[in-house]
Amino acid sequence: MARYLLGVNFQPGVVDTPMEEWKPGEIDAHLNYYRELNKELTASGELVQTEILTGPDLAKIVTSDGTAPVVTDGPFQEFKEWLAGYQIFDVESEERALEIAARLSAVPGPGGVPTQQPIHVRRIMDDGPSGAEGMEEYLQTAKGA
Amino acid sequence: MLARRFGDFDAAEDAVQEALITAAQHWARDGVPEKPRGWLIQTAERRLIDHYRSEHARRQREATSQEPAPEVSDQDDTLIVLFMCCHPALTNASAIALTLRAVGGLTTAEIAKAFLVDEATMAQRISRAKQRIEASGEPFRMPTLEERPARLRNVMHVLYLIFNEGYAASGGSELQRTELSSEAIRLTRMLPEDPEVAGLLALMLLLDARRPARTDAAGELVPLPQQDRSLWDQARIAEGLVLLERATGEYQLQASIAAVHDRAPTAEATDWRQILGLYELLERMTGNPVVTLNRAVAAAMADGPETGLALLDKVGERLNGNHRLDAVRAHLLEMAGDREAAIEHYHAAAARTTSVPERRYLTAQAARLRSLHRAPSKPRRSPKG
Repeated sequence: MARYLLGVNFQPGVVDTPMEEWKPGEIDAHLNYYRELNKELTASGELVQTEILTGPDLAKIVTSDGTAPVVTDGPFQEFKEWLAGYQIFDVESEERALEIAARLSAVPGPGGVPTQQPIHVRRIMDDGPSGAEGMEEYLQTAKGA
Repeated sequence: MLARRFGDFDAAEDAVQEALITAAQHWARDGVPEKPRGWLIQTAERRLIDHYRSEHARRQREATSQEPAPEVSDQDDTLIVLFMCCHPALTNASAIALTLRAVGGLTTAEIAKAFLVDEATMAQRISRAKQRIEASGEPFRMPTLEERPARLRNVMHVLYLIFNEGYAASGGSELQRTELSSEAIRLTRMLPEDPEVAGLLALMLLLDARRPARTDAAGELVPLPQQDRSLWDQARIAEGLVLLERATGEYQLQASIAAVHDRAPTAEATDWRQILGLYELLERMTGNPVVTLNRAVAAAMADGPETGLALLDKVGERLNGNHRLDAVRAHLLEMAGDREAAIEHYHAAAARTTSVPERRYLTAQAARLRSLHRAPSKPRRSPKG
C-alpha cells in the first residue's frame, strides 16, 4: 500500500465560468458527485483525509532569519498554482491513484460537462526503507559517511 | 473458538463484543461470576444463535454441521484462522491487516499506526477483508490436501510481508514495527513442519538477529559493514542455522545468504564468493531483476566493480527508472573510482526513492563524494531533508 496526495489548485480545467455563475442544480450535481465519490472511497478504506483550504485572500507568507519575521499579506496575484485543496489516499498501486484522480477530474460543471480539472498526484514518502529486501540492499551497498 | 463452532468470525467477533457489554452490565449488577470466561462464551454463543435465526444469512451449513473434533486446541483454531486470513481473494494489504487482527496480538489502532493510516481506515480495511472471505463461502476448516500447497505459499508470503514491514522500522514507528517482526516470527513458528517453512523461519531469524545493531542511538540506520556484530543476537543466529539444514526453496536461498553475513565475524571476513554463488542460484530460480542487482554487488565485492557494473548493464532495461538501480550503480561507480558518475547516480536515486531515510542517505553520499571530488557542482534542485 502506498499513500498519495491528490491535490487541486486554482486552475479550472475546461470550465472557466466561476461557480457563482452556475445554475443551482449544476452546483448540487457538482457537490453530489464529490459526496458520492468520497462515500465510496471512504467505504473502500482508500480515502484517508480530505482538506479544503481557504483561498489566497486569507493566505500569508512568512520568512524569517531568526529575528523579526516578515509576514506578507494577500491579495496574491500569482495564485493559480497554489494548492486549493487535497485528499490523501492509501492505495494498492500508482495505477489506482491515477484511476481515482481521473474520477476526480471528471467532476461535472455547468451543463453537466466534466470539468477536466487537473489533479496533481504526489506519492507521499515512507518513513522507512521499502521492506526487508530494500533494507538488505540498502545496508549492503551503504558505506556510511 | 466461537469462530470454529460457527464458521463465521465476523459474527463471532460481534457476538463477543455484545457478550462483553452484557457481561459488564450483569457484573455491575450481580458481581463477577466464578468462571467469567465460560460465562462469556455461553452468552456469546446464545447471541450468535439468535443472530443466525434472525438473519437468514446464506452460509455454508457444512461448517456448522461439521463434527467438531473432540478436544480441538486453541492452537489448531488459530492455525485455521491464519490459513483463512490468507485467502487468495484478498489483496496482500487486506490479508496482512486481517491476519494481524484476527491471529496476531495487535489491536486495530496498533495495526493502523504501523501502516501509517488512521484507525477508522484500518478498521474498514479489516472489515471488508472479512466480508470478502465470507462472500467466498469458505468453510471454517484447514484447506484440503489439494488446496494446501498454494494456500501455504500464500500464508508464507503474507507472513514474510509482515516481517518485512517490521524489519524496516525507523524513527517514530519503531515500537510498532518491532512488534510486527516478532508477530511474523511467532506465527511462522505455528505453521506445520515443512522445509519451505523452515526456510522462511530461518530467514526471519537470521535477519532479525541483526536488529540490535541496525540503528544507532540517534535512530539512524547503520550500514552492514559498520554494524557492531557483538550486538547481533547469537541465539537467533544459531537457531536460524539449524533450521537451514532442513530447509529448501526460495526462502532457504535468501536465508543462506543472510547466514553467510551472520557467520562472518567482521565485514572484511565476509565470504562474498559464496554469496555470489547463492545469488546466482536465486536468480536462476526467480528471474527477478532485483536479485540481479544484489548479485551485481556481490560480484563487485568478489571480483571487482567492473564485473558488477557489467551485470548492471544487462539488467538495466528491466529496471529502468528504479531508484535501486541508480543507487547500486552509484555505489559500484564509486568503488571503481568514477566519482563524478557516482554523484550523478546518487542524485538520480535520491530523486526517485519514496523512502525518507533512503533519500537522506543517498543525498549524503552525493554530498560526501562531492566534497572529496571537489567537482564544480552543476545547478540542480536538490531534494530537501
